[in-house]
Amino acid sequence: MNKFLKDALIYIDGRFKLSALLEFAKKKKVPEHKHSIWYYFGGICLFLFVIQVITGILLLLYYSPSVDSAYESVHTLMSRVKFGWLIRSVHSWSANILISAILIHMFSAFFLRAYRKPRELTWISGFFLLLIFFAFGFSGYLLPWNELSFFATRVGTDIAGTVPLIGHALKNFILGGPEISDVTLPRFFWFHVAILPLFTVIILGVHLVLVQVLGMSKPISLSDDKVREVPFFPNFILKDMLGWLLILVLIGVLCVFLPWEIGQKADPFAGTPLGIKPEWYFTFMFTTLKIVPSHILFIEGEVLAILGFMVGGLLWMLVPFLDKKASKEKKSPFFTWVGAFILLYIIVFTALTYLLPNL
Amino acid sequence: MKQRHKKSSLVFILVVPAVILSALTVYAQTNSCIACHREMGDELAMPAEAFKLDVHQEFGLSCSDCHGGNPAEEDVDLAKDGTFEGAPLREQIPEFCASCHSDSSYMRRYNPSLRVDQLDLYLTSGHGKLIKEGDTKAAVCTDCHGTHGILASSHPKSWTFPWNIPDMCGRCHADKDFMKGYRIPTNQLEEYEQSVHAYALFEKKDLSAPVCNDCHGNHGAAPPEVTSIAFVCRQCHPSTGELFSKSPHKTVYDELGISECEACHGNHKIFPPSDDMLGTGEKAVCIECHDPDSKPYQIASRIKKLLDDFIQQTDSARDLLEQASGKGVDVSNPMFKLREANTLLIMVRNLTHSLDIPAIEEKIQEGEKVILEVQEAGQAALKEATFRRRGLIISTFFVFLLAIALYLKIRLIEKKNQAK
Repeated sequence: MNKFLKDALIYIDGRFKLSALLEFAKKKKVPEHKHSIWYYFGGICLFLFVIQVITGILLLLYYSPSVDSAYESVHTLMSRVKFGWLIRSVHSWSANILISAILIHMFSAFFLRAYRKPRELTWISGFFLLLIFFAFGFSGYLLPWNELSFFATRVGTDIAGTVPLIGHALKNFILGGPEISDVTLPRFFWFHVAILPLFTVIILGVHLVLVQVLGMSKPISLSDDKVREVPFFPNFILKDMLGWLLILVLIGVLCVFLPWEIGQKADPFAGTPLGIKPEWYFTFMFTTLKIVPSHILFIEGEVLAILGFMVGGLLWMLVPFLDKKASKEKKSPFFTWVGAFILLYIIVFTALTYLLPNL
Repeated sequence: MKQRHKKSSLVFILVVPAVILSALTVYAQTNSCIACHREMGDELAMPAEAFKLDVHQEFGLSCSDCHGGNPAEEDVDLAKDGTFEGAPLREQIPEFCASCHSDSSYMRRYNPSLRVDQLDLYLTSGHGKLIKEGDTKAAVCTDCHGTHGILASSHPKSWTFPWNIPDMCGRCHADKDFMKGYRIPTNQLEEYEQSVHAYALFEKKDLSAPVCNDCHGNHGAAPPEVTSIAFVCRQCHPSTGELFSKSPHKTVYDELGISECEACHGNHKIFPPSDDMLGTGEKAVCIECHDPDSKPYQIASRIKKLLDDFIQQTDSARDLLEQASGKGVDVSNPMFKLREANTLLIMVRNLTHSLDIPAIEEKIQEGEKVILEVQEAGQAALKEATFRRRGLIISTFFVFLLAIALYLKIRLIEKKNQAK
């Protein structure tokens, strides 16, 4: 290392105390066992989020958030700007992989009971991050202002409009009026690049601090055993990086062979195209609403289904407080069955959306 | 007590006559024609039932406006007073309807935009002439418009709405038994249904597509003469007609008395025009008149070759773009440009009616410039696809190298840890 670099490092270390941070990372241990692979999904989520931020900032250079120019600006980016296709494709593909990674991370944390005491707040902050990234996906989907995104947003906001009591006001708030109009796009843009990133930074900060302070949770089945532990730095972080590289290759392959399409410009006066559906991660709810009977007893079926999802979501968030056995380091098979049922339900209903579109 | 009695009496004296008077007014307004005909049931009730939807009823007209009589009278004899005309005979129907429909001052009150020359036109039509000759089988107003359930022609259920007209005319003209003795074919409907015009009307729901009356006229319906067929077609195809008029065919057709468009395209069974109709191939219409060693035969062959070459160039440019699109490169701009070439192709196809080879060549050259531009864009898009794939391979190689280095580093660290 030459003298200049050495001096620079000493200068920076003297001010930011990086060596103390490095020391903390070296001392921090991560359990290593047969379920360790699931720990890496948190890091993958973080890596994909960083990609989203970088590509999102680059997209802002060309994107114009108005109904008259949004589609054209994305089209110019895809067809005329050098590597514009790559930036947009990376942003779109990594957004979808990120949602998948968050879901895997959440279900693995659930089945390993990582939510149990003292990590209740880690779980709850993670749950809020899931909701935020759903909102990122929903708001970002409309921004290119193409036919598919326009009508999928209409379907999505129609669902939001059926939420009991607040549905009408909620839909009006999301859209800036009773229908998707020229005020909706700037509003979605504002959510996507200002409000949601702000909430993400705060909640992600809390989530990461909790992970660092409390460390990784060990599965209950291994809590009595003497589990081998490896240093967070460099052992765990290097393996994490290996995972990131594999994800990077996957994104590259997807972008080159299946670049994200732009489709046709949205025409608000056109009829809704056949088979329109929301983004894949909302389809299990969409299909449920499609097949639910019009009335169950005296309640409207759709309203009941929405209420069911809301109550289900709330219980899911509060699971660290409901699973009393886990908090006492005891196995809780009932919750394993519940989690398995929910996972199966999501997979089956998502698959049904694509396999039986006329359901 | 007396006061209350007085009040009750006053109410009784005022209210009861008012109720009776309103009942009488309502009774007086009821139409005795409709009331009686409904009671009679079956065939006699049909006019009363059908009239509910009749366009005349919408304008406030009633039975007596056509048939006379006094519908306010309950008694049949009194209702059928001196003004009662009853149902007209078939041969009287045109004049019967025209008594209002040819009266411009009367029609202005209800529908000022409606023409009032239907009877005049009708009397010049094939149908009108036959009726005058005493042939009561010939169509009269009610055969096309209905009798008591007459709907406005703009109503989709009206017999005279565009997509109902072929069947409406076909009711008589496709009926062999009915048409026996008239010495005209009865396959027009069958042929029309196979035509490009029927496809546009029934499949594409294009209400501007021609139906029977667009070529034959409606009230003045008659088969167009050989000399006028071209003018009939020119109503919708003026540019093609103009080009044909400039062609050498025009003079010859006129001299020989050949109907222009019909000679190659037919009349009722007009198939979608195909490029094969041109040139010297099996399906070409040119060879029906021109011998292989004639000059026109050579011209037909030359035009066909020019057209085929241009189509081939357009197709290869499209293939190129589709290939690039399949490889994930955005080609929407050149694809849009290709539409210009398609427009020029349509113009070239139209120009073939002029048989003007220099004009065709000029248009093709214009198209070739566009195709060249599209092909260049297509090649660039394919190059871009190759660049992306190469870029992916190179970057993946380096990422894998980095991954291997990381893996080795991890193993080294783990070995060190184990040694400790």
